[in-house]
Amino acid sequence: MSIESYKLGEELDSFNYQEVQDGILALLDKGNSVILDMTACKYVSSTGLRVLLYSKKVAASKNLSLYLVGVGPEVKDIMDVTGFEDFFEVFNTMEECLESVKQ
Amino acid sequence: MRRVDLFPTDEYQGLKLRPGRPYPFGATVIGKAVNFSVYSRYATSCTLVLFHNHEEKPFIEIPFFKEFRLGNVFSMMVFDLDYENIEYGYRMDGPFCPEEGHRFDKSKILLDPYAKLIVGRDIWGKQPNWDSLYQYRARVVFDDFDWEDDLPLETPVNDLVVYEMHVRNFTCGAGAGVKHPGTFAGIVEKIPYLLELGVNCVELMPIHEFDEFENSRPSPIDGRQLYNLWGYSNVGFFAPKAAYASSGRFSMQVDELKNMVKRLHANGIEVILDVVFNHTAEGNERGPYISYRGIDNKTYYMLTPEGYYFNFSGCGNTLNCNNPNVRDMIVESLRYWVTDYHIDGFRFDLAAILGRDQNGYPMSNPPLLESLAHDPILGKTKLIAEAWDAGGLYQVGSFPSWGRWAEWNGKFRDSIRRYLKSDEQVLGDVKERIIGSPDLYASQKRGIKASVNFITAHDGFTLMDLVSYNYKHNEANGEGNRDGEDHNNSWNCGWEGDCNDEGINRLRHQQVKNAISMLMVSQGIPMVLSGDEMGNSQQGNNNAYCQDNEIAWLDWNNLQKNADIFRYFKQMIKFRRQHKVLRYDDHLSHTDYRNLGYPDFSWHGVKAWQPDSGYNNLTTAFMLNGQYADADGTPDDFIYVAMNMHWDMHGFELPQLPQDMAWYIFANTGMPSPEDIFEPGKEPIIDNQHEVLVGPRSIIILVGKKK
Repeated sequence: MSIESYKLGEELDSFNYQEVQDGILALLDKGNSVILDMTACKYVSSTGLRVLLYSKKVAASKNLSLYLVGVGPEVKDIMDVTGFEDFFEVFNTMEECLESVKQ
Repeated sequence: MRRVDLFPTDEYQGLKLRPGRPYPFGATVIGKAVNFSVYSRYATSCTLVLFHNHEEKPFIEIPFFKEFRLGNVFSMMVFDLDYENIEYGYRMDGPFCPEEGHRFDKSKILLDPYAKLIVGRDIWGKQPNWDSLYQYRARVVFDDFDWEDDLPLETPVNDLVVYEMHVRNFTCGAGAGVKHPGTFAGIVEKIPYLLELGVNCVELMPIHEFDEFENSRPSPIDGRQLYNLWGYSNVGFFAPKAAYASSGRFSMQVDELKNMVKRLHANGIEVILDVVFNHTAEGNERGPYISYRGIDNKTYYMLTPEGYYFNFSGCGNTLNCNNPNVRDMIVESLRYWVTDYHIDGFRFDLAAILGRDQNGYPMSNPPLLESLAHDPILGKTKLIAEAWDAGGLYQVGSFPSWGRWAEWNGKFRDSIRRYLKSDEQVLGDVKERIIGSPDLYASQKRGIKASVNFITAHDGFTLMDLVSYNYKHNEANGEGNRDGEDHNNSWNCGWEGDCNDEGINRLRHQQVKNAISMLMVSQGIPMVLSGDEMGNSQQGNNNAYCQDNEIAWLDWNNLQKNADIFRYFKQMIKFRRQHKVLRYDDHLSHTDYRNLGYPDFSWHGVKAWQPDSGYNNLTTAFMLNGQYADADGTPDDFIYVAMNMHWDMHGFELPQLPQDMAWYIFANTGMPSPEDIFEPGKEPIIDNQHEVLVGPRSIIILVGKKK
C-alpha cells in the first residue's frame, strides 16, 4: 500500500475547499492512502470539516486510509466539540504516523 | 441522470435565479442553489436581503418577482451562493394597521421564522451592535451530521429518571472543572458524572435561540448585570442557542449540539427539550421587530379585538398556537428536532396555552395537541405538558392527552412538600401521589406513566433551599422581592437561611433525604432538579431566571461538602432503577388478583395491615409485592416503606413475609451517613423482623427477599 501526504494551508473553508477536496480525491483515486499534514492549518470551517470527513469516507470505501497529522490545539478543539475528531486517526508528527502505519 | 429544473431562469444584479419551491419553508440547499421560501398571508410583497457574514450592509436585496409567489408563499432559488458566507433576512411590505392586526414595516429586516441557524448572539454576554438593523441573522445550515447508528433511545417512559438542567448553570460554577463551561460540550465532559449519579434522561431548559440581553439590567442590590438566563423567550423555533456552543463563535452550534445528543445517547441518556411555544421574544406592542411581528403579525399572535397582544404567557404576547399555519410551524419544529437532532422528548412550557383557541378560550379537543399526539414522526417521542398557563388555566389531571401526553404533576410537588414539613392535613392526598395519582389519571386510563413527579424544578426553591427558607429572597432580581412564587410549602428547620447550628443542618440533610426517598419510591416518572443531588442552594432565591452568577450556577464544591447527600441520591436512584416494582406504567389494583398470597400493593400503618393506625396523620407505610412485577418473567423483591413525618419516634409493625424470605434494610434517613443508605443488593438483614423503629421525621426502606 502506498501512502502520500497532502499539505493544508492556513485555513480550510468555503474559499478553498474545492481545491483541497479535488487534491485529496486525486490521491485516493490513484490508490494511495493519504496523510493530511495540518501543521500549518489554524482554522477549519464547517465546510472544511465536511471535506475532511467526506475524504475519510471515500478513502474507507476504497479500503484506503486518511490520517491527520499536526492538528493544532484550536482546530483539534473544534473537531472535538463537534464530534468530527471521533472519525479520524490523529498523529502529532509525520514520523509517528508513518511508524504507526508501518506496524 | 441530471435534473432539468435546476437551471436559472432569471438574473438580478448578477445573481442567477429561478422560481423556488414553496415547500419546505426556510432555506434549503438544492444542488448548486439555495431555495428560500417564506409564508405570509397578508404581505403584499417580499424582498430577500443577503449579507456577507458579519457585514452591516447587505450586498444585495432581491425582490420576489410576481412569478415567485404561489398562494401566500414567496419562494426563489438563488444560484452559486457561497452559503457558508451569507446571512439572509426578509423585508415584508403590507398594511400597518394594528387595529386590524397588521404591523408590516418594510424598513425592518426580518428573521426567517424557519431559520435553522441563527447568528448574532454567538458568545454569551458579549454586547452586540445595538445599532445594527438586523440583530439575529439567519444562515443556511449544514444538515449532514454523521449520526452513524444513533437514534432516539425510546426508553420506556416509566423507566426514566429525569434530570432537569440548564446548560450554563450546570458547568459555569465553581469547581465544575470542565474545559468548556456553560456549553453543550461542557455537558459532554460531565457525562461520567451523570452516569455516576444514575440518571438516564436530561431535560434541558430552553436551548432554542433567545437573547440573553432581553430585559438585561444591573441589579439594584449589587450592581451585577442581570440577564435572561433561563431563556424562556424564543427568537427562533428551529435554531439552537449559539452561545450555548463553545463553537458558537464559528457558528458550529448545530454540530456541537448534535454531538452532545449522540454522546449522551451512546451512554444511555435521553435528551428532552423544554420548548416554549406559548410566546416569543418580541414582547407586546412596544417590543422589537425580530421576525413574526413583521412577517405576519395577525397569523402568529393572539390579538384582542382591538389588535393588542393577549398575554396568557405573562411575557407580553401569546403565540397563536391554534392558527392552522402556526400549528404547522410547531409540528414542523418538533419533527425537525426529532429528525435532525434525535431528540427523545419535549416538555411544553405553559402547555395549557396550546389548548386555547384563537380568541384565547380553552378548547375541549385542541387540534394542535391532537396533531402532536398522533403525529407519525413524533410517534414514540415523549410529550410532557406543564399543564397550566399564566392566564389561570390549570389542567393537571385534565390535560387533553389521547393517551400520549404526560404532565408535570404539580400536585405531587405541593402535597409532598406539605407532608415533608409535617402538615397534618395532607396524608390522604400524599397517598394518591405515591401510587401514581390514580385520582388524576386512572379514570382516563392514562396510567402511572402520565405523571411526572417532582418536588423541585427550576421554578421555585432548590431542594436545599426548600428546607432552609420559609420565605423567598429574590431581592437580587431587582423587583422588590415581588417576583417568584409566594406559596412554597417550605420549612427552614428552625432558622432562616445559612446557619452553623449542627442540629439544624443535620435535620436539613435528613429532610433532603426524606424528599428524594419519597420521590424515588413513588409510582410515576421522577424528575430531579440539577444540583439538588449535591445540596445546591440559591440563597433563598426561588426565581433565579436572571442570575447568571453563583446564585444559579451549581457550586461543585458542594459535592464534597454534602457528600452524604450525593451518596444518598446515587443509591436511591440506583435502587429505583434496580426495582421494577417501583416503576409500573399502570395503576395498581391493591388486591391479590393472582392469588400470590399478598396484594400487588398494600397500605399499612404503625400496625401491619391497618393503614389507619398512626399518629397525627403523619405516619404511613406501604408494601409493594414484587411477585406482581414479573411482566418480563422474573419477579422483583418485596419493598416496604415506612414514613414518619411526626416529630416523635414510632415503632412500625412489619408485615410478615413468606417463610423463606426476610427483611433487609436499604435506607434509614434518621441514621448518619454511611448507615443512612446501603448499596442496592447488599442491604444488611435486620435483627427484628417484626418491627422497625422509625425516628422523628424519618423514612425507612426495607427489601424483602430470599434469606
